[in-house]
Amino acid sequence: MFAYFLKRVIILLATLFLVSGAIFVVLQVLPGDPAQIILGIKATPETLRDLRHKLGLDLPLPVQYLNWIGGVIRGDLGRSITYDVPITSLIISRLQVTIPLALLSILFAVVFSIPLGVYAAIHRNRPGDYGVMVFSQIGLAIPAFWAGILLILLFAVELRWFSAGGFKSWGETPWGALKSLLLPALSLGLIRAAVLARLTRSCMLEVLGEDYIRTARSKGLTEKVVVYKHAFRNALIPVVTIVGLQMGELLAGAIVIENVFHLPGLGRLIFLAIGQRDLPVVQGVSLLIAFLIVVVNFAVDVIYGIVDPRIRAGSTMN
Amino acid sequence: MRPLRNVNLFLGGFLVLVIVATALLSSVYTPYDPNRMDLLRRFLPPDASHPLGTDQYGRDMLSRVMKGAVNSLVVGWVAVGIGMGFGVLLGSLAAYWGGWRDEGIMRLMDVFYGFPAVLSAILITSILGPGIVNSMLAIGIFYIPIFTRLTRAASLSIWQRDYVTSARAVGQSNRAIIWHTVLPNILSPLIVQVTVQFAIAILAEAALSYLGLGTQPPHASWGRMLNEAQTFMEISPWLAIFPGLAIAVAVLGFNLLGDGLRDLLDPKLTRARR
Repeated sequence: MFAYFLKRVIILLATLFLVSGAIFVVLQVLPGDPAQIILGIKATPETLRDLRHKLGLDLPLPVQYLNWIGGVIRGDLGRSITYDVPITSLIISRLQVTIPLALLSILFAVVFSIPLGVYAAIHRNRPGDYGVMVFSQIGLAIPAFWAGILLILLFAVELRWFSAGGFKSWGETPWGALKSLLLPALSLGLIRAAVLARLTRSCMLEVLGEDYIRTARSKGLTEKVVVYKHAFRNALIPVVTIVGLQMGELLAGAIVIENVFHLPGLGRLIFLAIGQRDLPVVQGVSLLIAFLIVVVNFAVDVIYGIVDPRIRAGSTMN
Repeated sequence: MRPLRNVNLFLGGFLVLVIVATALLSSVYTPYDPNRMDLLRRFLPPDASHPLGTDQYGRDMLSRVMKGAVNSLVVGWVAVGIGMGFGVLLGSLAAYWGGWRDEGIMRLMDVFYGFPAVLSAILITSILGPGIVNSMLAIGIFYIPIFTRLTRAASLSIWQRDYVTSARAVGQSNRAIIWHTVLPNILSPLIVQVTVQFAIAILAEAALSYLGLGTQPPHASWGRMLNEAQTFMEISPWLAIFPGLAIAVAVLGFNLLGDGLRDLLDPKLTRARR
Protein backbone atom coordinates (compact mmCIF):
# COMPACT_ATOMS: atom_id res chain seq x y z
CA MET A 1 0.00 0.00 0.00
CA PHE A 2 2.82 2.38 0.89
CA ALA A 3 4.56 1.80 -2.47
CA TYR A 4 1.27 2.45 -4.27
CA PHE A 5 0.65 5.64 -2.27
CA LEU A 6 4.23 6.84 -2.85
CA LYS A 7 3.93 6.26 -6.60
CA ARG A 8 0.65 8.25 -6.71
CA VAL A 9 2.25 11.12 -4.73
CA ILE A 10 5.22 11.24 -7.14
CA ILE A 11 2.84 11.27 -10.13
CA LEU A 12 0.77 14.02 -8.41
CA LEU A 13 3.83 16.21 -7.82
CA ALA A 14 5.17 15.63 -11.35
CA THR A 15 1.78 16.46 -12.88
CA LEU A 16 1.47 19.63 -10.77
CA PHE A 17 4.98 20.68 -11.80
CA LEU A 18 4.21 20.08 -15.49
CA VAL A 19 0.82 21.82 -15.25
CA SER A 20 2.28 24.87 -13.49
CA GLY A 21 5.09 25.03 -16.09
CA ALA A 22 2.58 24.69 -18.95
CA ILE A 23 0.37 27.47 -17.51
CA PHE A 24 3.37 29.75 -17.01
CA VAL A 25 4.79 29.18 -20.50
CA VAL A 26 1.42 29.42 -22.27
CA LEU A 27 0.59 32.71 -20.56
CA GLN A 28 3.92 34.25 -21.49
CA VAL A 29 2.69 34.14 -25.09
CA LEU A 30 -0.50 36.06 -24.21
CA PRO A 31 -0.26 39.29 -26.22
CA GLY A 32 0.00 42.60 -24.35
CA ASP A 33 2.60 43.97 -21.95
CA PRO A 34 1.26 44.08 -18.35
CA ALA A 35 3.31 47.22 -17.61
CA GLN A 36 1.83 48.97 -20.64
CA ILE A 37 -1.68 47.91 -19.55
CA ILE A 38 -1.17 49.33 -16.04
CA LEU A 39 0.35 52.64 -17.16
CA GLY A 40 -1.70 53.17 -20.32
CA ILE A 41 -0.59 54.30 -23.76
CA LYS A 42 0.84 57.64 -22.56
CA ALA A 43 3.55 55.95 -20.44
CA THR A 44 7.15 56.91 -21.20
CA PRO A 45 9.75 54.20 -21.95
CA GLU A 46 11.47 55.03 -18.61
CA THR A 47 8.36 54.55 -16.46
CA LEU A 48 7.57 51.36 -18.38
CA ARG A 49 11.09 50.07 -17.74
CA ASP A 50 10.84 50.94 -14.03
CA LEU A 51 7.51 49.19 -13.63
CA ARG A 52 8.71 46.09 -15.52
CA HIS A 53 11.66 45.99 -13.14
CA LYS A 54 9.37 46.40 -10.11
CA LEU A 55 7.09 43.58 -11.33
CA GLY A 56 10.09 41.38 -12.08
CA LEU A 57 9.19 41.17 -15.77
CA ASP A 58 12.76 41.98 -16.85
CA LEU A 59 14.11 38.83 -15.15
CA PRO A 60 14.90 35.69 -17.17
CA LEU A 61 11.85 33.43 -17.61
CA PRO A 62 13.13 30.54 -15.41
CA VAL A 63 13.73 33.04 -12.57
CA GLN A 64 10.26 34.52 -13.06
CA TYR A 65 8.80 31.00 -12.91
CA LEU A 66 10.70 30.14 -9.72
CA ASN A 67 9.61 33.43 -8.11
CA TRP A 68 6.01 32.74 -9.05
CA ILE A 69 6.00 29.12 -7.90
CA GLY A 70 7.83 30.09 -4.66
CA GLY A 71 5.05 32.61 -3.98
CA VAL A 72 2.38 30.00 -4.77
CA ILE A 73 3.90 27.59 -2.21
CA ARG A 74 3.81 30.39 0.39
CA GLY A 75 0.15 31.09 -0.53
CA ASP A 76 1.00 34.35 -2.30
CA LEU A 77 -0.29 34.44 -5.88
CA GLY A 78 0.74 38.07 -6.42
CA ARG A 79 -1.39 41.16 -7.01
CA SER A 80 -4.07 41.72 -9.62
CA ILE A 81 -3.09 44.33 -12.21
CA THR A 82 -6.69 45.44 -12.75
CA TYR A 83 -8.03 45.46 -9.19
CA ASP A 84 -4.73 46.11 -7.36
CA VAL A 85 -5.57 43.67 -4.57
CA PRO A 86 -3.92 40.35 -3.58
CA ILE A 87 -5.09 37.60 -5.95
CA THR A 88 -5.63 35.19 -3.05
CA SER A 89 -8.26 37.46 -1.50
CA LEU A 90 -9.81 38.04 -4.94
CA ILE A 91 -10.10 34.27 -5.46
CA ILE A 92 -11.51 33.69 -1.97
CA SER A 93 -14.22 36.31 -2.51
CA ARG A 94 -15.15 34.77 -5.90
CA LEU A 95 -15.21 31.23 -4.49
CA GLN A 96 -18.20 32.33 -2.39
CA VAL A 97 -20.15 32.26 -5.64
CA THR A 98 -18.49 29.40 -7.55
CA ILE A 99 -18.32 26.76 -4.79
CA PRO A 100 -22.01 27.06 -3.77
CA LEU A 101 -22.86 27.10 -7.50
CA ALA A 102 -20.89 23.88 -8.11
CA LEU A 103 -22.35 22.19 -5.00
CA LEU A 104 -25.91 23.19 -5.88
CA SER A 105 -25.51 21.92 -9.45
CA ILE A 106 -24.16 18.59 -8.18
CA LEU A 107 -27.13 18.43 -5.79
CA PHE A 108 -29.60 19.08 -8.62
CA ALA A 109 -27.83 16.57 -10.86
CA VAL A 110 -27.89 13.83 -8.20
CA VAL A 111 -31.47 14.50 -7.11
CA PHE A 112 -32.72 14.26 -10.72
CA SER A 113 -30.46 11.58 -12.13
CA ILE A 114 -30.20 8.81 -9.55
CA PRO A 115 -33.95 8.15 -9.13
CA LEU A 116 -34.35 8.38 -12.93
CA GLY A 117 -31.46 5.97 -13.58
CA VAL A 118 -32.70 3.45 -11.00
CA TYR A 119 -36.25 3.69 -12.36
CA ALA A 120 -35.02 3.13 -15.92
CA ALA A 121 -32.97 0.09 -14.90
CA ILE A 122 -35.87 -1.51 -13.02
CA HIS A 123 -38.24 -0.83 -15.93
CA ARG A 124 -35.71 -1.87 -18.57
CA ASN A 125 -36.97 -1.86 -22.17
CA ARG A 126 -40.34 -0.46 -21.08
CA PRO A 127 -41.80 2.99 -21.86
CA GLY A 128 -40.44 4.51 -18.61
CA ASP A 129 -36.91 3.37 -19.51
CA TYR A 130 -37.23 4.81 -23.02
CA GLY A 131 -38.51 8.07 -21.54
CA VAL A 132 -35.44 8.37 -19.29
CA MET A 133 -33.10 7.56 -22.19
CA VAL A 134 -34.79 10.22 -24.35
CA PHE A 135 -34.38 12.77 -21.51
CA SER A 136 -30.75 11.75 -21.22
CA GLN A 137 -30.08 12.13 -24.97
CA ILE A 138 -31.80 15.53 -25.06
CA GLY A 139 -29.92 16.66 -21.95
CA LEU A 140 -26.61 15.71 -23.56
CA ALA A 141 -27.47 17.68 -26.69
CA ILE A 142 -28.48 20.95 -25.00
CA PRO A 143 -25.65 23.37 -24.25
CA ALA A 144 -25.78 24.42 -20.57
CA PHE A 145 -25.73 28.10 -21.54
CA TRP A 146 -28.80 27.66 -23.75
CA ALA A 147 -30.55 25.83 -20.91
CA GLY A 148 -29.66 28.88 -18.79
CA ILE A 149 -31.10 31.27 -21.38
CA LEU A 150 -34.32 29.21 -21.60
CA LEU A 151 -34.65 29.20 -17.80
CA ILE A 152 -34.19 33.00 -17.76
CA LEU A 153 -36.83 33.26 -20.48
CA LEU A 154 -39.32 31.18 -18.49
CA PHE A 155 -38.65 32.11 -14.86
CA ALA A 156 -37.35 35.69 -15.18
CA VAL A 157 -38.95 37.13 -18.34
CA GLU A 158 -42.31 35.30 -18.40
CA LEU A 159 -43.09 34.34 -14.78
CA ARG A 160 -40.92 37.01 -13.09
CA TRP A 161 -40.07 34.65 -10.20
CA PHE A 162 -36.32 35.23 -10.44
CA SER A 163 -34.07 38.02 -11.65
CA ALA A 164 -32.39 37.51 -15.03
CA GLY A 165 -28.90 37.72 -13.54
CA GLY A 166 -26.64 39.29 -10.94
CA PHE A 167 -25.76 38.18 -7.42
CA LYS A 168 -26.79 39.38 -3.96
CA SER A 169 -24.03 38.75 -1.44
CA TRP A 170 -24.43 36.17 1.34
CA GLY A 171 -23.86 38.83 4.00
CA GLU A 172 -26.56 41.10 2.58
CA THR A 173 -29.30 38.48 2.16
CA PRO A 174 -28.56 34.73 2.34
CA TRP A 175 -31.89 33.82 0.69
CA GLY A 176 -31.28 36.40 -2.06
CA ALA A 177 -27.81 34.93 -2.66
CA LEU A 178 -29.18 31.40 -2.82
CA LYS A 179 -32.00 32.53 -5.11
CA SER A 180 -29.56 34.12 -7.56
CA LEU A 181 -27.71 30.79 -7.80
CA LEU A 182 -30.76 28.55 -8.30
CA LEU A 183 -31.28 29.06 -12.05
CA PRO A 184 -27.56 28.86 -12.96
CA ALA A 185 -27.17 25.72 -10.82
CA LEU A 186 -30.26 24.20 -12.39
CA SER A 187 -28.93 24.80 -15.92
CA LEU A 188 -25.56 23.24 -15.06
CA GLY A 189 -27.16 20.45 -13.01
CA LEU A 190 -29.71 19.37 -15.60
CA ILE A 191 -27.00 18.66 -18.16
CA ARG A 192 -24.93 16.72 -15.59
CA ALA A 193 -28.13 14.84 -14.66
CA ALA A 194 -28.41 13.56 -18.23
CA VAL A 195 -24.94 12.00 -17.99
CA LEU A 196 -25.48 10.61 -14.49
CA ALA A 197 -28.93 9.14 -15.24
CA ARG A 198 -27.41 7.12 -18.09
CA LEU A 199 -24.51 6.02 -15.92
CA THR A 200 -26.76 5.07 -12.97
CA ARG A 201 -28.95 3.02 -15.32
CA SER A 202 -26.05 1.08 -16.82
CA CYS A 203 -24.40 0.50 -13.38
CA MET A 204 -27.71 -0.71 -11.94
CA LEU A 205 -28.24 -3.05 -14.91
CA GLU A 206 -24.76 -4.46 -14.47
CA VAL A 207 -25.24 -5.08 -10.74
CA LEU A 208 -28.75 -6.52 -11.23
CA GLY A 209 -27.20 -9.17 -13.49
CA GLU A 210 -24.73 -10.32 -10.82
CA ASP A 211 -24.92 -13.73 -9.15
CA TYR A 212 -25.39 -12.35 -5.64
CA ILE A 213 -28.58 -10.58 -6.78
CA ARG A 214 -29.87 -13.90 -8.11
CA THR A 215 -28.98 -15.45 -4.74
CA ALA A 216 -30.78 -12.64 -2.89
CA ARG A 217 -33.88 -13.20 -5.05
CA SER A 218 -33.74 -16.96 -4.61
CA LYS A 219 -33.59 -16.47 -0.83
CA GLY A 220 -37.07 -15.01 -1.19
CA LEU A 221 -36.18 -11.38 -0.46
CA THR A 222 -38.68 -8.83 -1.72
CA GLU A 223 -37.82 -6.99 -4.95
CA LYS A 224 -37.63 -3.72 -2.98
CA VAL A 225 -34.96 -5.10 -0.64
CA VAL A 226 -33.03 -6.66 -3.57
CA VAL A 227 -33.05 -3.42 -5.56
CA TYR A 228 -32.46 -0.86 -2.83
CA LYS A 229 -30.43 -2.77 -0.24
CA HIS A 230 -28.31 -5.04 -2.44
CA ALA A 231 -28.12 -3.57 -5.95
CA PHE A 232 -28.40 0.17 -5.38
CA ARG A 233 -25.58 0.41 -2.85
CA ASN A 234 -23.13 -1.38 -5.12
CA ALA A 235 -24.21 0.47 -8.26
CA LEU A 236 -23.69 3.77 -6.47
CA ILE A 237 -19.89 3.41 -6.08
CA PRO A 238 -18.94 4.26 -9.71
CA VAL A 239 -21.66 6.94 -9.85
CA VAL A 240 -20.28 8.73 -6.77
CA THR A 241 -16.78 8.54 -8.28
CA ILE A 242 -17.95 10.17 -11.49
CA VAL A 243 -19.73 12.88 -9.50
CA GLY A 244 -16.38 13.65 -7.83
CA LEU A 245 -14.52 13.63 -11.11
CA GLN A 246 -16.98 16.10 -12.63
CA MET A 247 -15.52 18.86 -10.46
CA GLY A 248 -13.29 20.08 -13.29
CA GLU A 249 -16.07 20.09 -15.83
CA LEU A 250 -18.29 21.97 -13.40
CA LEU A 251 -15.65 24.64 -12.79
CA ALA A 252 -15.15 25.01 -16.54
CA GLY A 253 -18.89 25.01 -17.16
CA ALA A 254 -19.15 27.75 -14.56
CA ILE A 255 -17.07 30.06 -16.81
CA VAL A 256 -19.86 30.16 -19.39
CA ILE A 257 -22.80 29.98 -16.97
CA GLU A 258 -21.43 32.77 -14.78
CA ASN A 259 -21.29 34.90 -17.91
CA VAL A 260 -24.88 34.02 -18.86
CA PHE A 261 -26.14 35.05 -15.40
CA HIS A 262 -23.55 37.81 -14.75
CA LEU A 263 -22.38 36.10 -11.55
CA PRO A 264 -19.18 37.45 -9.96
CA GLY A 265 -17.57 33.99 -9.62
CA LEU A 266 -14.23 32.43 -10.47
CA GLY A 267 -15.26 31.75 -14.08
CA ARG A 268 -16.22 35.34 -14.77
CA LEU A 269 -13.06 36.52 -12.97
CA ILE A 270 -10.76 34.53 -15.25
CA PHE A 271 -12.78 35.39 -18.37
CA LEU A 272 -12.58 39.13 -17.65
CA ALA A 273 -8.93 38.83 -16.58
CA ILE A 274 -8.02 37.33 -19.97
CA GLY A 275 -9.74 40.25 -21.71
CA GLN A 276 -7.99 42.76 -19.43
CA ARG A 277 -4.64 40.96 -19.87
CA ASP A 278 -4.41 40.60 -16.08
CA LEU A 279 -1.76 37.89 -16.35
CA PRO A 280 -1.21 37.16 -12.62
CA VAL A 281 -4.96 36.59 -12.10
CA VAL A 282 -5.20 34.28 -15.15
CA GLN A 283 -2.18 32.32 -13.91
CA GLY A 284 -3.49 32.07 -10.35
CA VAL A 285 -7.02 30.98 -11.26
CA SER A 286 -5.83 28.51 -13.95
CA LEU A 287 -3.42 26.96 -11.46
CA LEU A 288 -6.11 26.71 -8.79
CA ILE A 289 -8.53 24.96 -11.20
CA ALA A 290 -5.80 22.58 -12.44
CA PHE A 291 -4.72 21.92 -8.84
CA LEU A 292 -8.28 21.06 -7.78
CA ILE A 293 -8.69 18.65 -10.71
CA VAL A 294 -5.32 16.94 -10.17
CA VAL A 295 -5.91 16.59 -6.41
CA VAL A 296 -9.43 15.17 -6.90
CA ASN A 297 -8.01 12.63 -9.41
CA PHE A 298 -5.28 11.77 -6.90
CA ALA A 299 -7.84 11.29 -4.10
CA VAL A 300 -9.95 9.03 -6.34
CA ASP A 301 -6.87 6.95 -7.26
CA VAL A 302 -5.86 6.53 -3.61
CA ILE A 303 -9.40 5.73 -2.42
CA TYR A 304 -9.71 3.17 -5.23
CA GLY A 305 -6.45 1.63 -4.11
CA ILE A 306 -7.78 1.29 -0.57
CA VAL A 307 -11.21 -0.01 -1.63
CA ASP A 308 -10.02 -2.39 -4.36
CA PRO A 309 -6.71 -4.17 -3.61
CA ARG A 310 -6.55 -5.46 -7.23
CA ILE A 311 -5.77 -1.90 -8.47
CA ARG A 312 -2.96 -1.60 -5.93
CA ALA A 313 -1.52 -4.94 -6.94
CA GLY A 314 -1.81 -4.11 -10.66
CA SER A 315 0.01 -0.82 -10.13
CA THR A 316 2.83 -2.47 -8.16
CA MET A 317 3.23 -5.14 -10.86
CA ASN A 318 3.46 -2.46 -13.56
CA MET B 1 -27.11 -5.71 -34.21
CA ARG B 2 -28.52 -5.53 -37.73
CA PRO B 3 -28.43 -2.03 -39.26
CA LEU B 4 -32.17 -2.14 -40.07
CA ARG B 5 -33.09 -2.48 -36.36
CA ASN B 6 -30.68 0.20 -35.26
CA VAL B 7 -32.97 3.16 -34.38
CA ASN B 8 -30.09 5.34 -33.12
CA LEU B 9 -28.20 4.89 -36.37
CA PHE B 10 -31.21 5.80 -38.48
CA LEU B 11 -32.40 8.76 -36.41
CA GLY B 12 -28.87 10.08 -35.87
CA GLY B 13 -27.99 9.59 -39.54
CA PHE B 14 -31.18 11.38 -40.56
CA LEU B 15 -30.55 14.39 -38.29
CA VAL B 16 -26.91 14.64 -39.42
CA LEU B 17 -28.09 14.43 -43.03
CA VAL B 18 -30.56 17.28 -42.39
CA ILE B 19 -27.79 19.46 -40.91
CA VAL B 20 -25.33 18.63 -43.72
CA ALA B 21 -28.02 19.22 -46.38
CA THR B 22 -28.92 22.56 -44.76
CA ALA B 23 -25.27 23.59 -44.75
CA LEU B 24 -24.82 22.59 -48.40
CA LEU B 25 -28.05 24.30 -49.42
CA SER B 26 -27.10 27.51 -47.60
CA SER B 27 -23.94 27.71 -49.72
CA VAL B 28 -26.07 28.13 -52.83
CA TYR B 29 -29.39 29.36 -51.48
CA THR B 30 -30.78 31.17 -48.44
CA PRO B 31 -34.17 32.95 -48.43
CA TYR B 32 -32.39 36.27 -47.78
CA ASP B 33 -28.77 37.45 -47.57
CA PRO B 34 -27.94 36.33 -43.99
CA ASN B 35 -25.84 39.45 -43.33
CA ARG B 36 -28.08 42.03 -45.00
CA MET B 37 -29.49 44.50 -42.49
CA ASP B 38 -32.94 46.02 -42.87
CA LEU B 39 -33.60 48.38 -39.97
CA LEU B 40 -37.23 48.83 -40.98
CA ARG B 41 -37.86 45.12 -40.42
CA ARG B 42 -36.26 44.67 -36.98
CA PHE B 43 -37.62 42.16 -34.41
CA LEU B 44 -40.33 40.77 -36.71
CA PRO B 45 -41.97 37.70 -35.12
CA PRO B 46 -42.05 34.47 -37.16
CA ASP B 47 -44.45 34.73 -40.12
CA ALA B 48 -44.75 33.50 -43.71
CA SER B 49 -42.09 35.83 -45.13
CA HIS B 50 -39.63 35.24 -42.24
CA PRO B 51 -40.46 31.79 -40.76
CA LEU B 52 -38.03 32.31 -37.84
CA GLY B 53 -38.51 36.09 -37.55
CA THR B 54 -35.83 38.79 -37.83
CA ASP B 55 -33.14 39.97 -35.43
CA GLN B 56 -32.15 43.38 -34.01
CA TYR B 57 -30.69 44.46 -37.36
CA GLY B 58 -33.63 43.14 -39.39
CA ARG B 59 -31.62 40.15 -40.66
CA ASP B 60 -33.59 37.03 -41.56
CA MET B 61 -33.14 34.45 -38.80
CA LEU B 62 -33.85 31.41 -41.01
CA SER B 63 -31.05 32.42 -43.39
CA ARG B 64 -28.69 33.00 -40.46
CA VAL B 65 -29.57 29.70 -38.75
CA MET B 66 -28.97 27.93 -42.10
CA LYS B 67 -25.60 29.64 -42.53
CA GLY B 68 -24.70 28.78 -38.93
CA ALA B 69 -24.81 25.08 -39.90
CA VAL B 70 -21.84 25.59 -42.26
CA ASN B 71 -19.91 27.23 -39.47
CA SER B 72 -20.56 24.41 -36.98
CA LEU B 73 -19.75 21.65 -39.47
CA VAL B 74 -16.51 23.29 -40.62
CA VAL B 75 -15.36 23.79 -37.01
CA GLY B 76 -16.29 20.18 -36.23
CA TRP B 77 -14.40 18.76 -39.22
CA VAL B 78 -11.25 20.77 -38.73
CA ALA B 79 -11.13 20.31 -34.93
CA VAL B 80 -11.68 16.56 -35.20
CA GLY B 81 -9.17 16.44 -38.08
CA ILE B 82 -6.48 18.13 -35.96
CA GLY B 83 -7.22 15.97 -32.92
CA MET B 84 -7.35 12.75 -34.89
CA GLY B 85 -4.35 13.52 -37.11
CA PHE B 86 -1.96 14.21 -34.25
CA GLY B 87 -3.67 11.85 -31.79
CA VAL B 88 -3.53 8.79 -34.05
CA LEU B 89 0.12 9.51 -34.88
CA LEU B 90 1.16 9.96 -31.23
CA GLY B 91 -0.97 7.06 -29.98
CA SER B 92 0.39 4.69 -32.65
CA LEU B 93 3.98 5.68 -31.88
CA ALA B 94 3.44 5.35 -28.11
CA ALA B 95 1.99 1.85 -28.53
CA TYR B 96 4.79 0.83 -30.91
CA TRP B 97 7.67 2.31 -28.90
CA GLY B 98 6.58 1.40 -25.36
CA GLY B 99 9.01 2.13 -22.48
CA TRP B 100 10.00 5.64 -21.48
CA ARG B 101 8.90 7.23 -24.77
CA ASP B 102 5.39 5.79 -24.33
CA GLU B 103 5.36 6.93 -20.69
CA GLY B 104 6.56 10.41 -21.69
CA ILE B 105 3.90 10.87 -24.38
CA MET B 106 1.12 9.63 -22.12
CA ARG B 107 2.13 11.80 -19.12
CA LEU B 108 2.20 14.83 -21.43
CA MET B 109 -1.27 13.89 -22.64
CA ASP B 110 -2.42 13.60 -18.99
CA VAL B 111 -1.39 17.22 -18.43
CA PHE B 112 -3.47 18.33 -21.43
CA TYR B 113 -6.33 16.06 -20.48
CA GLY B 114 -6.45 17.22 -16.86
CA PHE B 115 -7.24 20.75 -17.92
CA PRO B 116 -10.92 21.62 -18.57
CA ALA B 117 -11.61 21.90 -22.31
CA VAL B 118 -13.47 25.20 -22.18
CA LEU B 119 -10.76 26.83 -20.08
CA SER B 120 -8.02 25.57 -22.43
CA ALA B 121 -9.97 26.78 -25.44
CA ILE B 122 -10.53 30.20 -23.83
CA LEU B 123 -6.80 30.50 -23.04
CA ILE B 124 -5.76 29.42 -26.53
CA THR B 125 -8.20 31.76 -28.29
CA SER B 126 -7.07 34.57 -26.01
CA ILE B 127 -3.47 34.01 -27.04
CA LEU B 128 -4.15 33.53 -30.74
CA GLY B 129 -6.98 36.06 -30.87
CA PRO B 130 -10.72 35.48 -31.32
CA GLY B 131 -12.00 34.02 -34.59
CA ILE B 132 -13.24 30.86 -36.23
CA VAL B 133 -9.78 29.56 -37.28
CA ASN B 134 -8.35 29.94 -33.80
CA SER B 135 -11.37 28.37 -32.15
CA MET B 136 -10.98 25.34 -34.45
CA LEU B 137 -7.33 25.11 -33.41
CA ALA B 138 -8.22 25.49 -29.73
CA ILE B 139 -10.81 22.71 -29.83
CA GLY B 140 -8.58 20.52 -32.04
CA ILE B 141 -5.60 20.79 -29.68
CA PHE B 142 -7.80 19.67 -26.78
CA TYR B 143 -8.83 16.59 -28.83
CA ILE B 144 -5.25 15.37 -29.35
CA PRO B 145 -4.99 13.57 -25.95
CA ILE B 146 -8.40 11.94 -26.43
CA PHE B 147 -7.41 10.37 -29.76
CA THR B 148 -3.89 9.58 -28.50
CA ARG B 149 -5.25 7.60 -25.52
CA LEU B 150 -7.80 5.78 -27.65
CA THR B 151 -5.32 4.90 -30.43
CA ARG B 152 -2.67 3.73 -27.97
CA ALA B 153 -5.09 1.55 -25.98
CA ALA B 154 -6.59 -0.01 -29.11
CA SER B 155 -3.21 -0.46 -30.86
CA LEU B 156 -1.58 -2.16 -27.84
CA SER B 157 -3.91 -5.14 -28.09
CA ILE B 158 -3.45 -5.37 -31.88
CA TRP B 159 0.36 -5.54 -31.55
CA GLN B 160 -0.08 -8.75 -29.47
CA ARG B 161 -2.11 -10.52 -32.18
CA ASP B 162 -0.83 -13.43 -34.23
CA TYR B 163 -1.41 -11.68 -37.55
CA VAL B 164 1.03 -8.93 -36.53
CA THR B 165 3.61 -11.59 -35.68
CA SER B 166 2.94 -13.16 -39.11
CA ALA B 167 3.37 -9.78 -40.82
CA ARG B 168 6.70 -9.40 -39.03
CA ALA B 169 7.72 -12.93 -39.99
CA VAL B 170 7.18 -12.19 -43.69
CA GLY B 171 9.48 -9.19 -43.31
CA GLN B 172 7.04 -6.24 -43.30
CA SER B 173 8.52 -3.02 -41.93
CA ASN B 174 7.10 -1.58 -38.69
CA ARG B 175 5.76 1.42 -40.61
CA ALA B 176 3.90 -0.92 -43.00
CA ILE B 177 2.52 -2.94 -40.07
CA ILE B 178 1.19 0.22 -38.39
CA TRP B 179 -0.31 1.52 -41.63
CA HIS B 180 -1.69 -1.70 -43.16
CA THR B 181 -2.40 -3.89 -40.13
CA VAL B 182 -2.78 -1.93 -36.90
CA LEU B 183 -4.68 1.16 -38.11
CA PRO B 184 -7.35 -0.70 -40.14
CA ASN B 185 -8.07 -2.82 -37.08
CA ILE B 186 -8.65 0.12 -34.75
CA LEU B 187 -10.85 1.98 -37.21
CA SER B 188 -14.16 1.06 -35.52
CA PRO B 189 -13.52 2.76 -32.16
CA LEU B 190 -11.95 5.71 -34.00
CA ILE B 191 -15.04 6.23 -36.19
CA VAL B 192 -17.31 6.12 -33.13
CA GLN B 193 -15.05 8.60 -31.31
CA VAL B 194 -15.06 10.95 -34.32
CA THR B 195 -18.86 11.29 -34.20
CA VAL B 196 -18.85 11.85 -30.42
CA GLN B 197 -16.10 14.48 -30.64
CA PHE B 198 -17.89 16.13 -33.56
CA ALA B 199 -20.90 16.70 -31.29
CA ILE B 200 -18.67 18.09 -28.53
CA ALA B 201 -16.92 20.38 -31.05
CA ILE B 202 -20.28 21.88 -32.03
CA LEU B 203 -21.04 22.54 -28.35
CA ALA B 204 -17.57 23.97 -27.72
CA GLU B 205 -17.69 26.26 -30.75
CA ALA B 206 -21.11 27.50 -29.67
CA ALA B 207 -19.78 28.23 -26.16
CA LEU B 208 -16.71 30.05 -27.51
CA SER B 209 -18.83 32.10 -29.92
CA TYR B 210 -21.28 32.85 -27.12
CA LEU B 211 -18.35 34.26 -25.11
CA GLY B 212 -17.28 36.32 -28.14
CA LEU B 213 -14.12 34.29 -28.78
CA GLY B 214 -15.30 32.19 -31.73
CA THR B 215 -16.87 33.30 -35.00
CA GLN B 216 -16.88 37.08 -35.27
CA PRO B 217 -19.71 39.33 -36.49
CA PRO B 218 -21.28 39.75 -38.97
CA HIS B 219 -20.83 36.02 -39.78
CA ALA B 220 -23.58 33.78 -38.52
CA SER B 221 -22.79 31.42 -35.66
CA TRP B 222 -25.38 29.74 -33.45
CA GLY B 223 -23.51 30.58 -30.23
CA ARG B 224 -23.02 34.22 -31.20
CA MET B 225 -26.69 34.50 -32.16
CA LEU B 226 -27.67 33.29 -28.68
CA ASN B 227 -25.37 35.86 -27.09
CA GLU B 228 -27.00 38.66 -29.08
CA ALA B 229 -30.48 37.25 -28.45
CA GLN B 230 -30.04 37.38 -24.67
CA THR B 231 -30.10 41.20 -24.72
CA PHE B 232 -33.45 41.28 -26.50
CA MET B 233 -35.23 38.39 -24.78
CA GLU B 234 -37.92 40.66 -23.34
CA ILE B 235 -39.08 41.90 -26.74
CA SER B 236 -38.27 38.97 -29.04
CA PRO B 237 -37.88 35.66 -27.22
CA TRP B 238 -37.81 33.65 -30.47
CA LEU B 239 -34.30 34.94 -31.12
CA ALA B 240 -33.13 32.83 -28.18
CA ILE B 241 -35.03 29.71 -29.26
CA PHE B 242 -34.08 28.78 -32.83
CA PRO B 243 -30.25 28.96 -32.76
CA GLY B 244 -30.26 26.88 -29.55
CA LEU B 245 -32.63 24.39 -31.13
CA ALA B 246 -30.30 24.10 -34.13
CA ILE B 247 -27.34 23.32 -31.81
CA ALA B 248 -29.39 20.72 -29.92
CA VAL B 249 -30.54 19.00 -33.14
CA ALA B 250 -27.01 18.89 -34.56
CA VAL B 251 -25.49 17.56 -31.32
CA LEU B 252 -28.32 15.06 -30.84
CA GLY B 253 -27.79 13.84 -34.41
CA PHE B 254 -24.06 13.21 -33.97
CA ASN B 255 -24.55 11.64 -30.51
CA LEU B 256 -27.21 9.24 -31.79
CA LEU B 257 -25.10 8.44 -34.86
CA GLY B 258 -22.17 7.67 -32.54
CA ASP B 259 -24.35 5.37 -30.40
CA GLY B 260 -25.74 3.70 -33.52
CA LEU B 261 -22.29 3.16 -35.03
CA ARG B 262 -21.06 1.72 -31.74
CA ASP B 263 -23.96 -0.75 -31.73
CA LEU B 264 -23.21 -1.65 -35.34
CA LEU B 265 -19.42 -1.89 -35.17
CA ASP B 266 -18.96 -3.24 -31.66
CA PRO B 267 -21.74 -5.73 -30.87
CA LYS B 268 -19.86 -7.06 -27.82
CA LEU B 269 -20.04 -3.66 -26.15
CA THR B 270 -23.73 -3.32 -27.01
CA ARG B 271 -24.51 -6.67 -25.38
CA ALA B 272 -22.56 -5.63 -22.29
CA ARG B 273 -24.47 -2.36 -21.99
CA ARG B 274 -27.88 -4.00 -22.21
